[in-house]
Amino acid sequence: MPENSAGTMTPRRPAGTLYRGREGMWSWVLHRITGVAIFFFLLVHVLDSSMVAVAPGAYNAVIDTYKNPIMGLGEIALVGAIVFHAFNGIRIILIDLWSKGAKFQRVMFYVVIGLWVVTMAGFIPRQIMVILSEVAH
Amino acid sequence: MSTTIASPRSPYSAPRNRGVNWEKWGWIYMRASGVVLIILIFGHLFVNLVLGEGVKGIDFAFVAGKWANPFWQVWDLLMLWLAFIHGGNGMRTIVNDYATRPLTRKILLAAILVSVVVEIALGTVIIFAFDPCPVGSPADLLPSFCPVNQ
Ligand code: HEM
Repeated sequence: MPENSAGTMTPRRPAGTLYRGREGMWSWVLHRITGVAIFFFLLVHVLDSSMVAVAPGAYNAVIDTYKNPIMGLGEIALVGAIVFHAFNGIRIILIDLWSKGAKFQRVMFYVVIGLWVVTMAGFIPRQIMVILSEVAH
Repeated sequence: MSTTIASPRSPYSAPRNRGVNWEKWGWIYMRASGVVLIILIFGHLFVNLVLGEGVKGIDFAFVAGKWANPFWQVWDLLMLWLAFIHGGNGMRTIVNDYATRPLTRKILLAAILVSVVVEIALGTVIIFAFDPCPVGSPADLLPSFCPVNQ
């Protein structure tokens, strides 16, 4: 990278932006994407649950469309998004309110990733059992 | 007559409009609701997706059974209100970040407001007002506590 007159490093090819965020930026991107995804899921989820007021058969017909491997994988993605958003939400709160929060924001990002892996390692095998039981049905 | 000139380093105090600082309360709300939502959502996912048969076990009788219990009615009601206001306010932040044309922004913000209000109203009515034992429905679809199953 060329050094400019101010003695600072400038990226050779600024592709659209000069900002090269690291854990801080990527955690923000993921928090934003997961927040939007959960919001749109919630819009649909209240509507499908509302079918209980139409008729028992109507509710069962809608919920049965969730009981297949494709939706089963979708539930893994949804749970993954919620779990990341939740744990990273705690990280955001700690950065804002804990006196050492900003100092440890990067460490906390890897703690979030670690807790996410542990939670998903618990959920995914259980969900695969559910998916297989739906297929066998 | 002399003019008083403030010292160059004195803090700039912007003229503050009195009244409620809504943005501050929104900021606090995002954090307070987030902490409560972790308990509500993780509990919801655990009971519905992990315990019992998972998603396979969810049907009308399962939901009617849960909402026959005031504990789950209040749980789901809180989750509905907290999540939609949190999510709606978060979506507002995002629209304010990216919508550059004033008209686009107004339309998107209105769409968020309308969908949040409609979904909260719909969800609230359903949790409390639906009939777990509708007459004339096949008995095998209804929860065991319905008169047809007694
Ligand atoms: C599981 C518990 C949750 C926690 C701990 C949590 C925490 C947070 C926090 C701390 C923020 C940042 C607010 C700010 O910057 O002022 C946030 C933003 C957001 N949340 Fe959540 N949240 C949770 C659940 C949800 C749910 C259920 C939804 C969707 C309905 C949602 C949608 C959003 C959106 C759209 C944003 C805005 C993102 C942005 O500005 O980049 N969150 N959340």
